[in-house]
Amino acid sequence: MSLKDKLLSSFIAFEDYLEDDSPIHDIRNKAIKSFEDKGFPTRKEEAWKYTSLNSLLKEDYNLYSKQEHTLEFKDVRKYFLHEVDTYKVVFVDGVYSSFLSETTHDKLDVCLLSAALGKEKYKPVIEAYFNKIAKEESLTSLNTAFAKEGAYIFVPNHVEADKPIEVINFSTGSEAASFLQPRNLIIVGENAHVQIIERHQSLSNNAVLTNSVTEIFAEKRAHVDYYKIQNDQIKASLIDTTYLKQEQDSVCKVHTFSFGGKLIRNNLNFYQAGQHCDSVLKGVTILEGKQHVDHNTLVHHISPNCESHQDYKGIFDDSSTGVFNGKVLVEKEAQKIDAFQQNNNILISDKSTINAKPQLEIFADDVKCSHGCTIGQLDEEAMFYLRSRGIGVKEARALLMYAFANNVLESVKIPELKKRINKLIAQKIGVRLGFDL
Amino acid sequence: MLEIKNLRAGVDDKDILKGINLEVKAGEVHAIMGPNGSGKSTLAAVVAGKEEFEVTQGEVSLNGEDISELDPEERAHKGVFMSFQYPVEIPGVTVTNFIKTAINETRKAKGQEDMPASEMLKKIKEKAELLEIDRKFLSRSLNEGFSGGEKKRNEIFQLAMMEPKLAILDETDSGLDIDALKVVAHGVNTLKNKDNAIIVITHYQRLLDYIVPDYVHVLMDGKIVKSGSKELAYQLEEKGYDWIKEELV
Repeated sequence: MSLKDKLLSSFIAFEDYLEDDSPIHDIRNKAIKSFEDKGFPTRKEEAWKYTSLNSLLKEDYNLYSKQEHTLEFKDVRKYFLHEVDTYKVVFVDGVYSSFLSETTHDKLDVCLLSAALGKEKYKPVIEAYFNKIAKEESLTSLNTAFAKEGAYIFVPNHVEADKPIEVINFSTGSEAASFLQPRNLIIVGENAHVQIIERHQSLSNNAVLTNSVTEIFAEKRAHVDYYKIQNDQIKASLIDTTYLKQEQDSVCKVHTFSFGGKLIRNNLNFYQAGQHCDSVLKGVTILEGKQHVDHNTLVHHISPNCESHQDYKGIFDDSSTGVFNGKVLVEKEAQKIDAFQQNNNILISDKSTINAKPQLEIFADDVKCSHGCTIGQLDEEAMFYLRSRGIGVKEARALLMYAFANNVLESVKIPELKKRINKLIAQKIGVRLGFDL
Repeated sequence: MLEIKNLRAGVDDKDILKGINLEVKAGEVHAIMGPNGSGKSTLAAVVAGKEEFEVTQGEVSLNGEDISELDPEERAHKGVFMSFQYPVEIPGVTVTNFIKTAINETRKAKGQEDMPASEMLKKIKEKAELLEIDRKFLSRSLNEGFSGGEKKRNEIFQLAMMEPKLAILDETDSGLDIDALKVVAHGVNTLKNKDNAIIVITHYQRLLDYIVPDYVHVLMDGKIVKSGSKELAYQLEEKGYDWIKEELV
């Protein structure tokens, strides 16, 4: 049975199992029909031209974990931040782990979506926000149909979250191949502030395919700082789709660090609904072996006087492949916007590939839009400079790669996280430098 | 110290150096002057080991050892230092961390332990003072957003830290105002001793008022066509290079 058929037949059992009066019963049914019509995306679609899911879809995935697995904190400690206290929403094989999580309902809600879906008091919020900005695309629809578990974060107006929130999805590899579909809903009220770190982590060498969807609503003057750490095992693949809707004067920043995993597809969609919004999309991708990462971004400027900044750096070794497909869409009403897009790539090996496709669609006449895209090798002159100071080829390359990725790291606002990412980069580049980067 | 014999080098079949002979002894300062495009910077880069240039003939030896087949980092480990005309910007790596890496990589190559942190700090402080470099400057990203003068001063700071046997200053005076020039020259003169040697590459006599050469060489069309004392530099300043061309004919 194909994965699609397997999912469609399991949906009936899934819906039966859930209560009929679920507020999203109708949304789910509509979504599964949409997925049934569209099926998984293929390379015939322009947006999937450079990324094929074929080999991933051939695996015989287990859709539900047969038994619950508990993890000892000490075994997964390294995936969490330590120097700062954090709220934690943790899932193990798609099942919420109360043992590893640290939730709250005091000043803000940090809990799990299934709890929010089931409780009367959350009903108005769910009705107002759930699936309101998610597009009817096949993989998003598939996620919506099965939406049950994920993080639910609600920061009320004027509340500044007192600590960062970590959302981590562990996969234990208890099945030969697992299919996971986390669904996060994040609402940040007027003038509220929050920092969120999201991670998908496989703990074995078994195959995992995650189809994750996150909706983020930033109300007026809200500040959202979102970090995605993608450093998974070599047989773990991720399709990560994020929708953000920004109201007036809000600032949303998403940093994506892609170092590990087999195949990663990031769909990052920003909608600027109010004036004077600021959207920041940054990423560092460092790949080797046969890894593949596809960044597909959309910044939709609907309102005037807004800004958007995109800065993606990629370093590709061996026969790894990268895709950057960045679209900036400026509507007729969106006058006086300032949209900037930058994508720089370094190909270390002759066999590595990058497909870069910046797209600007501008219907307003008084805007400032710019984009720059480069593909190259490490600068020979810079290499000579470092080597002439006694620094060997390997270390010199590492320093230059680090320098290349550096300006993306500068805007990481959690010092410990920045340090961790620096370490990951040093590890990934494969050198021990004589100082902490 | 440095012996260059009949050195021919070029890039893509184009000869740039066409038979250079030069001997620099320990304790000496040599100036190399010449018009644009005569091969001055190429000579510096070839001695430092830049791979872009192909050496087709001749020999470069340092203290009797042929170094012409060595990698740039190996030459640095043996005591060759070149101050760059256009130093490269390295965002995210501070001046301090860069120099620490350079020193410890060199020590590692010689089979030595890392320099102890306290000793490193002391040395950094001492050399920064010598070149009138502010402490804040040391925690900035290497060369990023530096003015022309700051870049050159930073090059000489690195020179002071690495204490090479042979220092080649490639147009260190360009982009420096007179005050900065004096500071840089003072730094170089303080570092000079009987065991090391300096090659100063410059267009102008001005720098040589402060770093006084024992010998001045004129490089034209890839060859040293005239050598003399520091008086030669004054003559060049006054009369340009045409009279030498005429002399050659």
